[in-house]
Amino acid sequence: MENVRKSFGDNQVLAGIDLQFQRGETTAIVGPNGAGKSTLIKCLLGLVRPDHGRLLIGGLNAQHNAAARRLVGYMPQHAEFPGGMTGRDMIRLVEELRQEDRAPDLSLVRTLGLGADLEQPFRTLSGGTRQKVSAVLASMFAPHVYVLDEPTAGLDPVAGAALKDHMAAERERGATTLLTSHVMADLEELADRVVFLLDGRIRFDGTMNELRELTGRERLERAIATLLEGDAA
Amino acid sequence: MFMLLVIMWSLEAWSGQAAPPTGGPIADRIAAAAPHDTVRVEAGTWTEPTIVIDRPLTLLGEPGAHILGTGGYELLVIEADSVTVSGFTFSGVDRTFMEDRAAIRLQDAAACRVTDNTFRDVFFGIYMARAADCHIENNTLQAQITSETTGGNAIHAWYSKRLTVAGNQIDGFRDGIYLEFTDDSRVTGNTSTNNLRYGLHFMFADRNAYADNVFSDNRAGVAVMYADGITMQRNVFRRAWGASSYGLLLKEIRRGEVMDNTFDGNSVALLVESTDHMVFGGNTFAENGWGIKLMASAIGNVFSDNTFRGNTFDVSTNSRTLDSSFEGNFWDTYEGYDLDRDGRGDVAHRPVTLFSVLVERHEPVMYLHRSLLVDLLNVAERMLPVLTPTDLADPQPRMRPPL
Amino acid sequence: MMTTLVRFHIKNALRSRWLVAHFVLYLLITEGLLLASGASDKTLLSLINVVLLLVPLVGLVFGTIHQYNGREFTELLLTQPVRRSVLFGSLMAGVALPLVASFALGVFLPFAWHGGVTWYQGVRIGTLIGLGSVLTTTSVAAAFMVSTGQADRVRGIGTALGLWLIYAVLFDGAVLLMVTTLGQWPIEKALLGVMLLNPVDLSRLILLQVFDAAAMMGYTGAVFTRFFTSATGYLVAGAALVTWMVLPILAARHRFLRQDF
Repeated sequence: MENVRKSFGDNQVLAGIDLQFQRGETTAIVGPNGAGKSTLIKCLLGLVRPDHGRLLIGGLNAQHNAAARRLVGYMPQHAEFPGGMTGRDMIRLVEELRQEDRAPDLSLVRTLGLGADLEQPFRTLSGGTRQKVSAVLASMFAPHVYVLDEPTAGLDPVAGAALKDHMAAERERGATTLLTSHVMADLEELADRVVFLLDGRIRFDGTMNELRELTGRERLERAIATLLEGDAA
Repeated sequence: MFMLLVIMWSLEAWSGQAAPPTGGPIADRIAAAAPHDTVRVEAGTWTEPTIVIDRPLTLLGEPGAHILGTGGYELLVIEADSVTVSGFTFSGVDRTFMEDRAAIRLQDAAACRVTDNTFRDVFFGIYMARAADCHIENNTLQAQITSETTGGNAIHAWYSKRLTVAGNQIDGFRDGIYLEFTDDSRVTGNTSTNNLRYGLHFMFADRNAYADNVFSDNRAGVAVMYADGITMQRNVFRRAWGASSYGLLLKEIRRGEVMDNTFDGNSVALLVESTDHMVFGGNTFAENGWGIKLMASAIGNVFSDNTFRGNTFDVSTNSRTLDSSFEGNFWDTYEGYDLDRDGRGDVAHRPVTLFSVLVERHEPVMYLHRSLLVDLLNVAERMLPVLTPTDLADPQPRMRPPL
Repeated sequence: MMTTLVRFHIKNALRSRWLVAHFVLYLLITEGLLLASGASDKTLLSLINVVLLLVPLVGLVFGTIHQYNGREFTELLLTQPVRRSVLFGSLMAGVALPLVASFALGVFLPFAWHGGVTWYQGVRIGTLIGLGSVLTTTSVAAAFMVSTGQADRVRGIGTALGLWLIYAVLFDGAVLLMVTTLGQWPIEKALLGVMLLNPVDLSRLILLQVFDAAAMMGYTGAVFTRFFTSATGYLVAGAALVTWMVLPILAARHRFLRQDF
């Protein structure tokens, strides 16, 4: 993405963001609430239109472009589905919407232990189960790019671990992943690279190791705290 | 060309002038008759100048006897007492602005009878001037006038008294029955429809009674004006429809009775203006725009035991203070209750709504009919009357319509 | 794509409780009125009041709430390879069609099993259901406009209620004020034009013409009747109704296409 800016009213949320992600790279977007993380993600997904700049996914413009969205698998922070429908209905819907020639990869269904839950209407399912369905939907056509907003929130530890394993496998396959999470352990486990956002600007962009060197902190949350303090000073 | 002439000639011959069957023109036969003779007229089309009956006799048309005018004159003038005309068909009287040209005129005649005749395409049908004790019965009168100003009346009486107008079928005139300066008469069992002005029209006519008539689809229903002691019973007023249309219009009337009539589907069923000491009882007002429009000038009238059903407005008035009373009527809009089960509501009913008052003042407010705003305003006004007459109320409304 | 999504949304609606509740609401109202006064004009007139009041209210409030509740899911669908206009169409249809259908059935069925409906009354019931359907569509579209324009759901629902208040009451208040202050001028025709600006009033006037023509007398009534029984009147009223359906839909679509989620 190139010089992406976005304001809501007088409030500038993204003040010129330049980022490039490599194949097979997992990037954690971190920063305090209101730093612009969600807006950045939503720009990439085409949900929010930037005032300025451009975003390319696999060389395709991310705005107004169904082809670009075909490359993306997205797991929102809170997956909400129509209460009357089932996970199976959703899988069928996404199949029809994606119109891929290949059969969907539903291995996550077993890995996450969904099974019979797929036939239950969403209004009877827990938040964690819905999150599992969301993960299945995001991965069923092996996207080039994953956008995961708090992917493990609400998942039980076993499912969380299974999902992380799956993501690691996807990285091996060459998938690019963007990740936000408040669970620092997840980030440390999954991320190659950390982008730290504050007030709509990139304050840090580097590997985990670079971050550790810069701040002298071993643990990510400590390192981020140090960055924040440095900013305040 | 020759053919055409032959056709015209034969039409002329066929149309009747040349073919009075036997016995010569009707006028000659009347001239030859002695008083109280019966003159019979056989079937056929009779066209001759105005026939004047100047002596008491009975003129009897046999079935198919048709007196046809060429348009510019009256067909029959009765100038004697005790004349009976019966069984004819009359037609061919053109309209004119110069005179009230009628098929039959009764001039200063008494105790005459005009019965069982048919009138078609005439300007005025039966015209009575200074007639007395005459019977106009069971005639059929039809016209198709197209504008109020160019039409005549079917049965017209002027300065007459003690007439009986009964059982006639009237359709498509200006006024069906018109009585002016005519007293002590009875109008019963007639049907008067599709007239461009009134089905029945009284002007300056006292002590008359009309009952069991049907007035429907007249542009302006029935009008009774400037009259004293009128009795109106069991008539049906139906579909007087359109701008300023009334089922029954009462103006400058006093001491009369309007009992057991049915008002059905009129724009305004009953307009009461400058009318005093009338009794309105047992009438049914159903599906009208306005049931009763009561003007401020009406005083001392009593409305009791009437039924109001499905009217847009049951009662409206242009005044806040009224001197008429409502007692024991049935109102389908009544929202009260009857705890003591005596058949009468325990709280008074106020039939005049704020909306009807507003419409009375500013007609276009009508466009807000059946809107939530109007419902809210009506409820507010009912709780705290500001514009509606506080004394116009039925203190003991019926819970069920009177039988 | 469109049909897939519409089918999905309608299937969800059919499995939801709100649709059943909506259907039962109209069923009970109509059945109650029929039991109280039979298949009479009184029943139909009461139904008019219900339809003119309730239909826009339900359409606006329910449409708004539904949109807010479905917001996350809408976002999820937007990240799929679906064009926004297609998604908008399916969302709109997914709310409006079930609402229209359950309203129409809820009103129609009691008449069907009570029977005794004359042909003439049938026409009136048909008009009522038709106008109710138009009002449903219009108010759902308005609800979409509200929910796309306002991110905060409480304020959004407040706005929807406000809109309803304007169209159901305040607009008529302004008309009343106008008539009483300008009463000395001939404003009948202008007033008809003004009424076209409010779909609730327009529907009410059409129903008035069908049900209550007796009330329309005098000069006002003559203007009114002449308008609503003339070919021009039909065309203008029909065009205004269609505009009232299409315009809010287009406006909501316009907003939806430019919306940041």
